[in-house]
Amino acid sequence: MIHVKVLPTFSLLYIDFIHALRIPAPYHWRPLVDLLHTNIGALLFIPIKRYRHNTNAAPTQTVPSMKVKALSRSASTYSPAGINATAQPRNLDPEIHPFEKAREYTRALNATKLERMFAAPFIAQLGTGHVDGVYSLAKDIRTLDRIASGSGDGEVKIWDLADRREILTVKAHEGIVKGLCFTSVGGDDRLLSCASDRTVKLWDPRGAGASSNTPAATYLGPGAFNGVSHHRVDHTFATASSAIDIWDISRSKPITTLQWGADTINTVKFNQSETSVLASAGSDRTLIFYDLRTSSPTAKVVTRLRTNAICWNPMEPFNLAAASEDHNAYIFDMRKLNRALNVLKDHVAAVMDVDYSPTGEELVTGSYDRTVRIYRAREGHSRDIYHTKRMQRIFSVAFTTDTRYILSGSDDGNVRLWRAEASQRSHIRSARERAKLEYDSALKERYKHMPEIRRIAKHRHVPKPIKKAGEIKRVEEASLKRKEENRRKHSKKGQMRRIPQREAMIVARE
Amino acid sequence: MSAIQPPKFSPPTRTKRPREGPSAAKKGTSKALELRTPEEEKAALKQYGRGESIPVRSVRDKKLRTNLEKIEHRYKDAALRAKDAELLLGEERGYVEAEGMERTYKFKQADLRKAVDVATAQKGFELKLPTFGPYFMDYTRNGRYLLLGGTKGHVASFDWREGKLGSEMQLKETVRDVKWLHNELFFAVAQKKYAYIYDSQGVEIHCLKNHIEVTNMEFLPYHFLLVTIATGANGISQGNAGWLKYQDTSTGNLVSEHRTRLGSPTSMTQNQRNAIIHVGHANGSVTLWSPNMSTPLVKMLTHRGPVRAIAIDRGGQYMATAGADSRMNIFDIRTFREVHSYYTPTPASTLHISDTGLLSVGWGPHITVWKDALRIKQTRPYLSHLQEASHISRVRFCPYDDILGAGHQNGFSNLIIPGAGEPNFDALEANPYETTKQRREREVSALLNKLQPEMISLDPDFIGRIDKGSKEMRDAEREAAEKQRKLDEGSSARGKNKMRGKNSALSKYLRKKGGKNVVDERRLKLEALRKERELRNKGLPASAREEFGPALARFAKRSGR
Repeated sequence: MIHVKVLPTFSLLYIDFIHALRIPAPYHWRPLVDLLHTNIGALLFIPIKRYRHNTNAAPTQTVPSMKVKALSRSASTYSPAGINATAQPRNLDPEIHPFEKAREYTRALNATKLERMFAAPFIAQLGTGHVDGVYSLAKDIRTLDRIASGSGDGEVKIWDLADRREILTVKAHEGIVKGLCFTSVGGDDRLLSCASDRTVKLWDPRGAGASSNTPAATYLGPGAFNGVSHHRVDHTFATASSAIDIWDISRSKPITTLQWGADTINTVKFNQSETSVLASAGSDRTLIFYDLRTSSPTAKVVTRLRTNAICWNPMEPFNLAAASEDHNAYIFDMRKLNRALNVLKDHVAAVMDVDYSPTGEELVTGSYDRTVRIYRAREGHSRDIYHTKRMQRIFSVAFTTDTRYILSGSDDGNVRLWRAEASQRSHIRSARERAKLEYDSALKERYKHMPEIRRIAKHRHVPKPIKKAGEIKRVEEASLKRKEENRRKHSKKGQMRRIPQREAMIVARE
Repeated sequence: MSAIQPPKFSPPTRTKRPREGPSAAKKGTSKALELRTPEEEKAALKQYGRGESIPVRSVRDKKLRTNLEKIEHRYKDAALRAKDAELLLGEERGYVEAEGMERTYKFKQADLRKAVDVATAQKGFELKLPTFGPYFMDYTRNGRYLLLGGTKGHVASFDWREGKLGSEMQLKETVRDVKWLHNELFFAVAQKKYAYIYDSQGVEIHCLKNHIEVTNMEFLPYHFLLVTIATGANGISQGNAGWLKYQDTSTGNLVSEHRTRLGSPTSMTQNQRNAIIHVGHANGSVTLWSPNMSTPLVKMLTHRGPVRAIAIDRGGQYMATAGADSRMNIFDIRTFREVHSYYTPTPASTLHISDTGLLSVGWGPHITVWKDALRIKQTRPYLSHLQEASHISRVRFCPYDDILGAGHQNGFSNLIIPGAGEPNFDALEANPYETTKQRREREVSALLNKLQPEMISLDPDFIGRIDKGSKEMRDAEREAAEKQRKLDEGSSARGKNKMRGKNSALSKYLRKKGGKNVVDERRLKLEALRKERELRNKGLPASAREEFGPALARFAKRSGR
C-alpha cells in the first residue's frame, strides 16, 4: 500500500481511464502502464485481466440473442468540426421546460424594467424656436417631414423635421397667429395662416426666394380670426371668427357665413373623410356641426365648460376628440351626441390642444398645466406624461404623420420634438433585436396585470406642483361626490339619478 | 365541436372542420389548425396544451369573449404546431428486447457492450478506485461532465466522454456529497465540517461556514439556490442536525434556513418540476420544503423505518422512496397517495429515475433498473447489474444518454442502460454539445431569468393565475380564526360592553352598521380609523404597560411613531 500513497491519484485515475475507454495510452505513458501492470498493478486492483481480455477481443461463447438500440449521437452532427455554427435542436416537450410561467414572468418583469430604463421621450427642440409663444402648429398630411408653427408675434415658421431646422420664416401677421393649415388642393402646396389682425394669408411653403415674405393671397375679415381649416378636395376653406366663414381661394369675400348663437368661435375643423362636414367650438361652450351641402348646422351640444380644440379621428370619420377647459378631453360620436364615447382624464388644468395619431388609436393632448399626455383612444387615463423643467403652458400639439413622434408648442416659444413611445429608438434593428423586442412586448402584454409589473410600468415622475394639484383635485372630486351621495341619501329614492361621467358634461343638445 | 363525428375509416384529410365561432374562422386560421381529425387535435392538446380551455361561449361580455377566443385560438395553434414540430426531432429512444426465452434482466453489461455500437460501448466503463470509496457522483445538467467524490476525500471532475480530466484533488477529510452548480465551472463539496465551493480547476472559492456537517446537497438551477441539509451525527455540533439551508449562489446570500426538527436526515432530493425539496427522515417520514415556509409544506409517512433514498420523476408526478424496512414505495405526489409498493431483498441505498421514467435501485452490490414501474406495478425488472464485492452508494442516470452512473465502494461504473436517456435535447435548456461561447451566453441569460425564491410553491404555474378557490378559502380561514378567537376569549366575549368610556361613536357605528355590506366613504373612513386605533393599541410597548399600568399606558411615548 505504500506504493499507492506515493503515486498521485491523478495518474491512478487517468491510467484506469485510458484502459476503460480502450484508448491507446500516449507513448510516454507506456512504461508506466507496463510498470503498473507488472509490478504494482495487483496492489492497485487494476483489472489486468479485463484489460487483456478487451484488447484481445476474444470471441464470445454465449451471446444472448437480443434486439438492442442505444442512444448514439455523433458529435459531428451537433458540432461539426471546422464550422462555428452549431446545431441548436429544440424539443418542445413541456417537461423539459419547467417553471415556464415563472420564467416568462421574470422575463416580462425585466422587459418592463428595461423599457422604463430606456425611456427618454425628449429628443430636441426645433431650431432655436420662436421669439414669442407658439400658439399653432400644423402638419402636412402629405409629407412626413414638414410642419409649420405660428407664434404670438405673428411669425410663421416652416420646419424640416429630419434635420430639425427652419425652411422658411415669415413675419406673416401683426397679431397672434391662431390658425395654420396646409393644403395641396389642385396640386400646389399652400399654407393658410390666420391671426388676430383680421387677415388670412395664403403662403407658398417652399419659400422660393423673394416671394417668401409676400403671401400668395390675403383675405380680409371683419374681426380677429381664431382658426382656419381647408377643405379636403375643394378650393374652399373655413375660418372661425365671430361666425364661420366659408371662403373660396380665388375670391376675396366669403362665399357663405354660418352662424348659430355663439359670439366667438374658437376653432373650426373640416372632416377629412366626410369632406363637407365641419365642426366648430364656440366661446358659449357649444360644439356645433355643420354640413356644407345644405349650408346649415346639423347638431349642437352645450357642454359645462368651453372646448378649446377639436380633432377628427382620421380612421373613424364620425368620431372627434374635444379638448375641454374642464381638464378632460372627450371623444364624441357625431351621430350620437347624448354621451361621450370616452373621457380622457389626468390633466390638472385646461386641455389646450388635442391631436389624433394617424392610426386613430392614440391621442396626444397639451395642457395649461405644462404637460403633454398621451392617451390610448379606448382607455380613460393617459399612458404617458411628458414634461420638462423649462416647458411652459402648452397651446398646440401634433402627432407626426408617421405616428412615431410628437410635437408640442408652448408659451416659452419652443417647438419640442418627442418620441411617441418613450423607450423606442429609431435605428435600424437586426432581426435578432427585432425578435427580442417583439417577444418582450408580447410578454409585457401578457403579464401586464401582475402587481409588480403594473406598478413599474405605470410609475412616472411627475413635477411636484402637478402632483400636488392632482392630489387637491382628487380631494375636491371626492368631496363633491360625497356631497352628492349625502344628498341622494336624504332625498326620495330614485329621484337623484347617478349621472355617468360620459354624460355629465353635456348640458343641452339641439 | 360538431355533433357529427367523422367515421373511423375517414381519411386523415377531411374537408369539414368543427365550427369554432365566427371570429376564429374569419381570422387568418393557421395551417396548423387545418386538416386534422379531432383525435389528433385532442392528442396534441393533451401533450402540449396548457391545461383546460376556457368555456368561451358562456362569457357574456363581447369584448372579453373576443379576447378569450383569440387567446384560446392561439394556445390551440401553439399546441398543434408543437405537435407538428415533432417531425424535427432527430433521435429515437433506445431499447433492449429479448428474443425467445431470454429475459432482459439476465443480460450482463458485457453482453450489452458487445451488442451495441462501438461509440456506445465505449461509454460503459469502470473506474477501480478502491482506496477512497465509497464514491458519490453527480452529472452536470447536460450530462457531459462527471463529478466524483470519494468519502475519504478524493474529488475529481472530468468530461467523461472525452476522458478529459478537469480537476482532481485529495481533500484529506470526509466528503459526504458532491454537487455541480449551474455549469461545469463550479461545484460544491460537503466536507467534514463545512461545505465548500470549488471551481473547475479545483481551486477553493468559498467556504460556506453557515453550512455545517452537510450530508446532502441539491442545486436548484433556475433559482440558483444551493440547498443543504445537515447532520449532527458525530456529536460535534449536535444542534445543527436537520437544518435545511438555502444559499443563493449568484448573490451569496443565505436565503432561508429551516429546522426540520426531525433529527439527522437520511435522504434528500429535489422535485425538478416545482423546486420543492423532499427530505427523508429516520422516523420514516418524508417532508416537503420550500424556502418560504418554516414548517414543511407536506409531511408524509412513507416507511416503517428510516427513509434511505428518494427519487422523483422529471414530470414531478411520482416519488419513489426506499426505506430501511426493505420496501420501495411509489407515491403519486399530486395526491400524496401510495400507488405501489415493491420489496427489496436488502434495504435499498439509492434510487434514481431517468428522464424517460426508468427507475434504478441500488441495493447492496446490486443495481436493478425497472421500466414503467411508476405507473404500473411490474413483476420483473428491466435490467440488472451486480457490482461484485462492493456496495452501491449512489446511482444517477446521465441526462440525455443511455448511461447509468453508479458510485460504489470500489470506485465508479458507467453502465449502459438502453432507453434511459431523453433522446432529443433542447439546446436552449441543456446542450451536451455546448461550446464555450454558448455556455457563457447561457450563464448570462440564466442569471437574467433567475427565479426568485418566493416563486417556489407546490404548484409552479401559480403565477399570473386567478386564485379561484381563494374566496372560500379565505372565508374558511376567517371562520377558523374566529372560532379560535372565541375559544380563547371565552363565551362572553361579544356580550354587552359594560366598560364606561369605551363605547365610542366609532365602535358603536361599526357595531350597529359595520356588518352591512355597503361600502361608502364614511364606512371607509371609519374602518381606516379603527385600523389606526388597533395599530396604536398594538404598538404600545409592553414595558410602558408595566410601568404605567393599564390606564395610563396609553399616554406613554410610542416607539414606532
